[in-house]
Amino acid sequence: MQEVLINTDILTEENIPEKTKKGIAALSTVGLTVTFDSRPAISDVNISFLKNKVTSIIGPSGCGKSTLLRSFNYMHDLIPKSEVTGKIIVLGKNINEYDSVGLRKKVGMVFQKPNPFPTLSVFENVVAGLKYTGNNKKSELEEICENVLKLSGLWDEVKDRLKVSALALSGGQQQRLCIARTLAVSPDIILMDEPTSALDPISTSKIEESIFHLKQNYTLIIVTHNMQQAARVSDYTAYMYLGKLIELASTRKIFTSPSEKLTEEYITGKFG
Amino acid sequence: MRKEDLLFDKKNLRKRKIINTIMLSLCIIAAAMAVVPLIYIFFYTAGAGLTSLNFDFFTALPKPFGEDGGGMVNAIVGTVILIGLGGLFGIPIGILTGIYVSEYSGSLMSNVVKFITDVLSGIPSIVIGIFAYGLIVLPMQRFSALAGGFALGILMIPTVTRITEEMLKLVPQTLREASLALGISRWKTTLRITLRTASSGIITGVLLAIARAAGETAPLLFTSFGNSFWSTSLDQPMASIPVQIFNYAISPYDEWHRKAWAGAFVLISIVFIVNLIVRVVTRNKYSGSV
Repeated sequence: MQEVLINTDILTEENIPEKTKKGIAALSTVGLTVTFDSRPAISDVNISFLKNKVTSIIGPSGCGKSTLLRSFNYMHDLIPKSEVTGKIIVLGKNINEYDSVGLRKKVGMVFQKPNPFPTLSVFENVVAGLKYTGNNKKSELEEICENVLKLSGLWDEVKDRLKVSALALSGGQQQRLCIARTLAVSPDIILMDEPTSALDPISTSKIEESIFHLKQNYTLIIVTHNMQQAARVSDYTAYMYLGKLIELASTRKIFTSPSEKLTEEYITGKFG
Repeated sequence: MRKEDLLFDKKNLRKRKIINTIMLSLCIIAAAMAVVPLIYIFFYTAGAGLTSLNFDFFTALPKPFGEDGGGMVNAIVGTVILIGLGGLFGIPIGILTGIYVSEYSGSLMSNVVKFITDVLSGIPSIVIGIFAYGLIVLPMQRFSALAGGFALGILMIPTVTRITEEMLKLVPQTLREASLALGISRWKTTLRITLRTASSGIITGVLLAIARAAGETAPLLFTSFGNSFWSTSLDQPMASIPVQIFNYAISPYDEWHRKAWAGAFVLISIVFIVNLIVRVVTRNKYSGSV
């Protein structure tokens, strides 16, 4: 069964796929190029991420996975001499129409290493995104805190320790705290940049479990080094190499019968 | 003998142990050399000054030579006021400059600012005194606490700026990214996340600046000048402990010399106590990462 998600050839400026064969695209790019100091990190990437699906981005180190991910929430703004060209459509609107604060509320991000705010308690960490953007209703914050901690599977472990320092939690718990913190501002899309690469296998499986539940309400894009993880958690998988998108297809197809030779070589461990 | 065995060669091991002991001893000696002068100064001033230290010293005004008793309450209060004025002026400017240099680094302007504050920290304090003299004392036509506070404030700026910058740079970039990724604006990120994470280090820097300013005599000599009487008005000359010590110390009278020692002891104690209090108060609820 041929199950190509998007034929990248037909993607041009004019026909951005609001609807694709398999559903609605939450985020898509056309001719996306990111350069650092005029050296391209990714070039001419056309890709779509389906709503309420998990898409993994895999590829060898330095292939531009993280660069691609970070262009979806203006994270390159922080890096001097970086330039993003091409088109990014987020939730049906051109990315230019969002300001950075508005965009980042729609597109949340979980980072590689757990990075809770060290001076804040568990509770304050979870609601930081709401509190520092103007929501100060305590009862509301408490309710959201409980909800998102349940979603990230941390509630039972920390419900009696909401007032302690976030640094008192274990690494795996801290990462689930960071996921909860991201969920608290209720984004539509969640970017995860190698969310489990710093964690032990048990914590990893807990996070993968919550990813599985999260896709009911969120669109997830996960960069991972771990091919088994991509196979376990994602519906679609994209393979990148040397700054280019080589192939995007359903995870099963990528791992069983990829159409590109480069993909096959990577999957079978011939390089990378 | 195999190669692995060499690692456990007795002779080799003894040699390594000897080198280890020598290096450790050198470290301990260096640490002692850093601490001993401080302890010595503290106890020496205590020994020389404690005899003149009594209740009057903290409550009475200076008396002319020949009369017994008297204290330097005006100088103690004056020093507190002058440091307060200086801090009010120097600490906010120092911290904000540090934020600018660290969080908005890379631009030409921030490099220029950084360079200038570095130069400022090397300017002798007496020159800063002259600056305040020309800027405030001359137009006002008299010495004043205001001019003294201004001079001390300028003196605090480079220290506070430098330490604020260093401490903010120690805050991992990932923390700023995490905050921004939550949709928190840049200034709130700086204020609520970055600055707060670095706060214990910045407070230490502020303390250093205050301690340095508290002991400065040169910039006060021709700004706040000194005053033998009680005065808390900011547009009048004001007494301060360092200047009072200076005046007593260069006098020919033994009685005044003892008073100078007592003043020195009080000055050291004030710096010491301020340090202690702030340490206890800011012992972070959740000790920050810096």
